[in-house]
Amino acid sequence: MTRKRSRLLLYLPLVAVAIFYLIPVYVMLVTGLKGFEEVNLKTMWDLPNGIQFDNFIEAYNKLAPHLWNSINMVLPAAVISSILGSLNGYVLAKWKFKGADIIFPLILFGMFIPYQSILIPLVEFMKTINLYGGLPGLVLTHVIYGIPITTLTFRNYYATIPKELVEAAKIDGAGMMGVYWNILLPISIPSFVVVLIWQFTQAWNDFLFAVVLTSPSNWPITVALNNMAGSQIVAWNVQMAGSFLTALPTLLVYIFLGRYFLRGMMAGALKG
Amino acid sequence: MRSKKENWQAFLLVLPSILAVAVFVYGFIAWSGRVSLSKWKGLTPDYTWTGLSNYVELFHDPRFAIDVRNTLIFTVIFVFGSLVLGLLLSLLLDTGLRGEGIFRSIFLFPMAISYIVTGVVWRWLMNPATGTRISGLNLLFDKLGLDFLINQWHTTPYWGIAAIALPAVWQMSGYCMAIYLAGLRAIPDELREAARVDGASEFQILTGIVLPLLRPVTLSVMIILGHMSLKVFDLIVAVAGKQLPLDVPALYMWQATFDGLFYGRGAAIGILLLLSVAVLIIPYLFYSLRSEPEL
Repeated sequence: MTRKRSRLLLYLPLVAVAIFYLIPVYVMLVTGLKGFEEVNLKTMWDLPNGIQFDNFIEAYNKLAPHLWNSINMVLPAAVISSILGSLNGYVLAKWKFKGADIIFPLILFGMFIPYQSILIPLVEFMKTINLYGGLPGLVLTHVIYGIPITTLTFRNYYATIPKELVEAAKIDGAGMMGVYWNILLPISIPSFVVVLIWQFTQAWNDFLFAVVLTSPSNWPITVALNNMAGSQIVAWNVQMAGSFLTALPTLLVYIFLGRYFLRGMMAGALKG
Repeated sequence: MRSKKENWQAFLLVLPSILAVAVFVYGFIAWSGRVSLSKWKGLTPDYTWTGLSNYVELFHDPRFAIDVRNTLIFTVIFVFGSLVLGLLLSLLLDTGLRGEGIFRSIFLFPMAISYIVTGVVWRWLMNPATGTRISGLNLLFDKLGLDFLINQWHTTPYWGIAAIALPAVWQMSGYCMAIYLAGLRAIPDELREAARVDGASEFQILTGIVLPLLRPVTLSVMIILGHMSLKVFDLIVAVAGKQLPLDVPALYMWQATFDGLFYGRGAAIGILLLLSVAVLIIPYLFYSLRSEPEL
């Protein structure tokens, strides 16, 4: 057996698994691109006769307000929790105060908790401060429960910056914020990209917080899609197109910024 | 040297986050704990002390027994399936074949997608209809002559929950692959080379050197996936809605609280979920943070 042929054999399982991964995408796309008259569960695996956008238009009409809710909620949530994470990470990596070693794991634990264990108080609290039902409450929730992962990612990044860099700046008279602003922030851009797209993806894909905290007109797209899928009125082909629309923003981020996405994912595994 | 003032400044900078986490994580957990010890049932909060009775009721609750069983089945299939598939893919990709980047991207993209999207699409793929109304994967199996694979998926009596693990594996095995690949790349080539010089076969190198070195990675991935499977909620809701045979604790908590207004019971389920996750995560956190080099 030649080495070349054994190499080719390696591709067999890889291609088989790749097909398994792409099946749902195939179904979403071919169904979405069929015309209404062509849609039939029996021919769901067949390619469309011609490309039509009926399903996408119908799904967009149903989901558009919720798409905008998602966008309006996700952007501030991602930006604010990234800024907080950066400041926290900076302090916990370079200005460890007394007790920082205890506080850090206590913060980290927050990213693993099952949210069912805080859901009732969260709802009651949001009602009390009058943020229940709307998007600002959801933004606040994502920001706060995003603190652990954003802090972790930035801390791990800042930990790789040599101490000498910070010390030199201090000798030159820079204070804590001066060092952050002039030295660390400018070299944090890649980390900001990692954390921003990670938080963007997390908040966009969230269902639990959204369904419990927002009223129907403020539903983000995941809740609206689930509601659409659960109803008997909306045809399955429109559901498929709606699923694709819901997945599209995070998929685009993944396709164009995959490298950063991967780094965010690895940070979640602590030591990876 | 650091001055006292700087110490305070550092502390003040992180104080808002510390307070937020203290309230939203620990304060709310305590609050949930208190609710779980109360009689609260209905729309108005009622903190009348009732001891552990909500927990005792759960232990005698047949529905909760179904939840525990479903969680166990789901966890075993989901964690084991993702680990094996992830390890296999990483070993294949680590051979340095061409197109590695493309394969890696294909295996990882489900990570970027919401469980709701996954669930809605798989709900149609796992359409249990047979006969003239056959569709989804069953239809594909029929067309490919793989009729023995046709099944009722998540509507299979008793084992339906196992079918839910399939989309979960679809979503998370790429994650396992990525972590394993990072682990494999961290193994120095010299180790394998030396073994080869000593006449070890590739299989011996795999079982004798590579797999043992990957053990810590396996443990981390198991813990991460295990805690995810304890929390599974979105995926089940999107595939099947809220059905008793596919019930899990997170779903029961939801229905008990927000549909049934049994707040005390809902909180008790939440706390039990938290405890089960804590058993996995706290040792993991200690281990991870202690073994990291001093900053």
